[in-house]
Amino acid sequence: MQRTHNNRAWWLVLPVVIVVAFSAIIPMMTVVNYSVQDIFDPSTRFFVGTEWYREILRDERLHDSLIRQFVYSFAVLAIEIPLGIAVALSMPRKGFMVSLCMILLALPLLIPWNVVGTIWQIIGREDIGLYGWALGQLGIDYNYASNPADAWVTVLVMDVWHWTSLVALLCYSGLRAIPDVYYQAARIDRASPWAVFRYIQLPKLKSVLLIGIMLRFMDSFMIYTEPFVLTGGGPGTTTTFLSQTLTQMAIGQFDLGRAAAFSLIYFLIILLVSWLFYTAMTHQDSDDA
Amino acid sequence: MTTRKRLVMTIYLLFLLVPIYWLLIMSFKSNQEILGGLTLWPENFTFDNYRVIFTDPSWYMGYLNSMSYVVLNMLISLAVALPAAYAFSRYRFLGDKHLFFWLLTNRMAPPAVFLLPFFQLYSSVGLFDTPLAVALAHCLFNVPLAVWILEGFMSGVPKEIDETAYIDGYSFPRFFLTLFIPMIRPGIGVTAFFCFMFSWVELLLARTLTSTEAKPIAAVMTRTVSASGIDWGVLAAAGALTLIPGILVIYFVRNHVAKGFALGRV
Amino acid sequence: MEWMAWTLPTSLFFAGIGTLLLGMTAWQFVTPTLSRQGFLPIATTRGDRLFIGLLSSGWLHLLWLGFTDQVLWMISIVCVVWMLVLMKWG
Repeated sequence: MQRTHNNRAWWLVLPVVIVVAFSAIIPMMTVVNYSVQDIFDPSTRFFVGTEWYREILRDERLHDSLIRQFVYSFAVLAIEIPLGIAVALSMPRKGFMVSLCMILLALPLLIPWNVVGTIWQIIGREDIGLYGWALGQLGIDYNYASNPADAWVTVLVMDVWHWTSLVALLCYSGLRAIPDVYYQAARIDRASPWAVFRYIQLPKLKSVLLIGIMLRFMDSFMIYTEPFVLTGGGPGTTTTFLSQTLTQMAIGQFDLGRAAAFSLIYFLIILLVSWLFYTAMTHQDSDDA
Repeated sequence: MTTRKRLVMTIYLLFLLVPIYWLLIMSFKSNQEILGGLTLWPENFTFDNYRVIFTDPSWYMGYLNSMSYVVLNMLISLAVALPAAYAFSRYRFLGDKHLFFWLLTNRMAPPAVFLLPFFQLYSSVGLFDTPLAVALAHCLFNVPLAVWILEGFMSGVPKEIDETAYIDGYSFPRFFLTLFIPMIRPGIGVTAFFCFMFSWVELLLARTLTSTEAKPIAAVMTRTVSASGIDWGVLAAAGALTLIPGILVIYFVRNHVAKGFALGRV
Repeated sequence: MEWMAWTLPTSLFFAGIGTLLLGMTAWQFVTPTLSRQGFLPIATTRGDRLFIGLLSSGWLHLLWLGFTDQVLWMISIVCVVWMLVLMKWG
């Protein structure tokens, strides 16, 4: 759409800027202030320069947690994106079933994150949970609380359960936007289902998939509550991801300077990744237009 | 082809629903039955777990607290995001792209990053432990999302409508409130749904900004862990009750929700 | 404001950023920018280049802190030069 140039539009966005700045900019400035000081209490603090940054950047625990986080986020994308597309392609086309499927699919998205953790905590247990019990019956020694591999798989399956619907619903709305003529043309050409997918459906899905990948990457990059409830980050630190490491440092150990430096490094990573996605998205839009 | 589709869908829905079913039936079992052995249907159907929740103020106040900050957040987000989304969809102005990107980074950044000074910030303005504090904190990610979705929906409304209205002598506020908003009603419904959803499910900020008065249900649920172990039945009942608002809300916007998930971009 | 724990260096830092933004706004009013192609792979406006410069400077500082034990101002000078180059030819 052709948009007219008008700087008075700033008055319309001003409320948003004020509301968001209150919770974003003031805390961010404070975090910067914290990150260069050693703080014992509000009146006893010392300027330490970039000491915390040096320490954090060389901290083994954080390197591990960062690598774990990236592996986790990529695993999430690798499973949820194809699965989400498959589910979206399997959606019924019309009628009452569409609404039903849609509501059922959206259900996991509306469950508070700690309850998601609780649900999987229960169902994975060998004594009271269906899945844990079934695996035990099959002779598989499964325990997410003591075996790191089991804990990983459980956290991953939980995330797939929780969020694949988002990708599926996104793709479904993308698919619905394809006019019927395209399919008719494909039928006349006797195109195989694969060809229909590859040359008609996938190109149309590009923009929604970009949104889906971005949302899933970013949200899995800040995952906190679900693994916290399910495994508490354990066994050991095998499922402790970045947000939890940070929260432990900030609230658990009350290590303000170090946690602040960590926050800013975390934020710089996020800023870079979101900028890449945003640039890709705006370019996509201008290509389409 | 269609049978294969139906198979994929059925299997996936089973995968989705079994854990929820398990939570539901567990909430109707007594703790002896839960720990005694696996049963697919409660042998002694009991409402005791729910009775605990509905008679104990510290439990049901948790739900009311959560509801109050969620509704507050929804109202604030919509009120500020509507004009802003209109500005983004209709006008180009100084720094518009950078402003939009800055808003998005707040949706993308982990709340944990901002968390450190939140306690001091909200204490210093006297809001700590009130629903308003949590509502404002949740605006951090809900307002950018609301602007994003609404902007998508508003871009779908042809600009000629605005121009005709202005020629007919409508002032901006009158046009916006009486003509434009009714036109994008589905978009507003979906946006409200998303604000509801993300505020309802969030725990980290809600827990940090409250202590006793405004404690959300998610934080209350940790109480079921006591010295004698976890009270599974009550925990399951509390979890089951948190599903209801979500189901109600999605029922109302079910026809537009797919478009909303695509952020109004399709 | 006491709880925000201000220090002189961070106040100067934010004052600098603020001045930079105000300056860019004023510049925009005097001579509006056009999106153009420089040595960066995408077409950018002045504001885009400033953002790219600030973000990359942030990362360069982190890398410097992470991999060397040298004093910080060395990389800061490099970053200032880099930002100038970026603004001119980016």
